[in-house]
Amino acid sequence: MLAFAVRRILYSIPVLIVASFIIFALGSASADPLAPLREKNPPAPQNVIDAEYLRLHLNQPLIARYFSWLGGIFHGDFGPSVVSTASIGHDLGDRFLVTIRLIALAMVIALILAVVIGVLTAVKQYSKFDYAATFVGFLFLAMPAFWFAILLKQAGISFNAAVGGQAISTIGQATVPPPQGAGPYVADIIGHMILPTISLALISYAAWSRFTRASMLEVMNSDYVRLARAKGLSRRTVMVKHGLRTALIPLTTVTALDIASIIGGAVVTENVFQWKGMGDYLITSIRTNDVYATASWLLLAATVVIVFNLIADLLYGVLDPRIRYA
Amino acid sequence: MPETRTAPVAAVADREFTVVERSQAQLVFRRFLQHRAAVVSLVVLVAVVLLAYVGGWLWKYDAGQYTPDNSVPPSWEHPFGTDSAGRDQFAQVLRGTRISLQVSVSVAILATTVGTLWGSIAGYFGGKSDTVMMRIADLVLTLPLIAVAAMLAHNFGGSWYLIALVIAALYWAYVSRVARGVVLSLREKEFVEAARALGASDTRIILRHLVPNALGSILVNLTILVALAILLETALSYLGFGVTPPDTSLGLLVSEAQTALTTRPWLFYFPGLFIILIALTINFIGDGLRDAFDPQQTKVRQ
Repeated sequence: MLAFAVRRILYSIPVLIVASFIIFALGSASADPLAPLREKNPPAPQNVIDAEYLRLHLNQPLIARYFSWLGGIFHGDFGPSVVSTASIGHDLGDRFLVTIRLIALAMVIALILAVVIGVLTAVKQYSKFDYAATFVGFLFLAMPAFWFAILLKQAGISFNAAVGGQAISTIGQATVPPPQGAGPYVADIIGHMILPTISLALISYAAWSRFTRASMLEVMNSDYVRLARAKGLSRRTVMVKHGLRTALIPLTTVTALDIASIIGGAVVTENVFQWKGMGDYLITSIRTNDVYATASWLLLAATVVIVFNLIADLLYGVLDPRIRYA
Repeated sequence: MPETRTAPVAAVADREFTVVERSQAQLVFRRFLQHRAAVVSLVVLVAVVLLAYVGGWLWKYDAGQYTPDNSVPPSWEHPFGTDSAGRDQFAQVLRGTRISLQVSVSVAILATTVGTLWGSIAGYFGGKSDTVMMRIADLVLTLPLIAVAAMLAHNFGGSWYLIALVIAALYWAYVSRVARGVVLSLREKEFVEAARALGASDTRIILRHLVPNALGSILVNLTILVALAILLETALSYLGFGVTPPDTSLGLLVSEAQTALTTRPWLFYFPGLFIILIALTINFIGDGLRDAFDPQQTKVRQ
C-alpha cells in the first residue's frame, strides 16, 4: 500500500511537469502581456514598455522563461505579474482559501444529495419518486450554472426585501471590513456562502446521483445480494451492509474525475456572486494578458485535480478489499 | 416442462409468423421508439431547430433590428418582448439558438472524429503508443476546460467557429477515452482476428471493423457532447470570452440581461429556457440511444 502510494506520487510528478510546460507555452503563445500597455490611450512611453519588457523576462526565450518560472515556484515566487506591485503567489494563496471553502462544502452537500437520491431512486425503481427525481436530475444536468446562480441570487434579493433586511448575503465572499470578534466573523463568512454553495451543489449533484442509481441497481441485481436475501437477511440489512458499500466505491473515482469541472463551475458561480476568489483572479489575469498569473492559476488547478485523483486511487484500495496493490 | 413437448409448439409458432430479417439499424430504431421521453425530446428538438432556422427566416423582425417598441413585455407583436433599445427578443433568441447550435454541433463532430481516431489507434496498437497517447489525453483532462477555453478564446476567439475549434480542442480527450475502452474489448474478438487472418491492414481493421462496431457508444457520446458543448459555449459567452457582439449566442443574451432581471425579466428567462430545452432534450435523446444500442442496460434504466 505504502509502496503503491509512493510510486503513484512519483508518477504524478512528471505529469505535473509536462502539464506545467504545456500550460506555460499555451499561455505565453496566446497572449501578449504588453498589449494593454501599447493600446493605452494616451500611449505609454517607449521606455516604460521597454522596462516592462525586461521585468517580465520577455527578452529571454520561452524555454528559459519557463524554467525560471518553474524554478521560482519552488521558493514561492510565481513570476512577475503585469501589476508590478502584486505578488502572484500571495494573491493566489488568498484566493485559493476563499474558493476551496466553496468547492469543499458544495462537494460534500452534492455527494450527500447524490447518494441519498441515488439510493432512494434505485430502491424505489419505477416509482413516482424515481420518475420525479430522474426528471429533476436531468433538469439540473441541462441547467447552465450561471443562469441558475443568477436566479438564486435574485431569489435571495427578493427574500431580503420581503424580510426587510440583509438576511442572506448575495454579493461578495465576506463583508468589507470584516466584523469584529470570532463569532460574528464566522457567521458573516457562512452567511455569504449559503447561496453560492447551494447553487454549485445543485448543479453538480445530478450526474453523481444518476451514477449512484445505476451502480446501486447493478449491485442489487447481483448474485451475492440475492444470496444474502436467500439466507434470510432483511432487505434493509442487505441494502445497507452488502449493497451500499459496493455500490459507492466507484463513486470515489467519478467524483475525483469531475473535480476539474467543479472548479469550472466555481469560476462561473463566483462570477455571479462577485466573489474575489480564484474565478475572479483567472478572469482578471486573462483579460489583462497576465501570462504568469494565468499559468500559475492553471498549474494550481491542475495540481488540485491530480491530488484529488491520487486520493481517490488510494481510497479505492482502502474501500475495496478486492484491490491489492502489488 | 420437458424440452420435447415445447419443441412442436415452437415450430408451429415459427410457421405462423413470417420472420422478416431486420437490420441492426432497424432494431436500434425500434428500441429507440420505446423510450417515450427520448421520442418526445426528439420531436421537441426538431421543432426548436426548425424554429431557429426556418422560423427565424420567416419572422417579421430580423435579429438586431431596432423596432420602435422599447422594453415592452411579451405580447403577440413581440412574443419574447423587446430590450431597452427596441430589439425584438424573439428574433435575438432564435439567432442565439442558431449560433449556439452551430458551435455545439461542430464541437461534437470535430471532437468525436479526432477523439475516436485517437482512442481507436491507442487501443488497437496498445503498448507504448497506447501509454503515450493516453497520457496526452489525460493531460488535457487535468485542466479545467472552461479556464483553458477562456484563455485561448480571449486571444483567438470571437467568431463562432473559432470558439467551436477551441472547445473541440479540449473535448476530444473525453471521446478518446470512451473510444479506447470500446476498442480494447473489441480487438480481442474473433472477427478482428479473422480479418487479420484474411490479410486486412491495420488501417482497414480500424476503419472497417473497429470504428463501426464502436459506433453505438460513440453516437451516444456525441449527443451528450452536444449538450455539454452548448453549456460550455454559453458559459464562455456569459463570462465574456465566447461569441462577441454583434454576433450573439444564448449565453451572451443571458449575460446582457442579468442586470435587467427585475425590470425586464423576459430578456433573462427566454434565452435561459432555450439553453435548458436544448440541453435537456439532447440528454434524453442520448439516454434513449444508449438503451437502444445496449439492450442489456434496458433492464436497469428505462
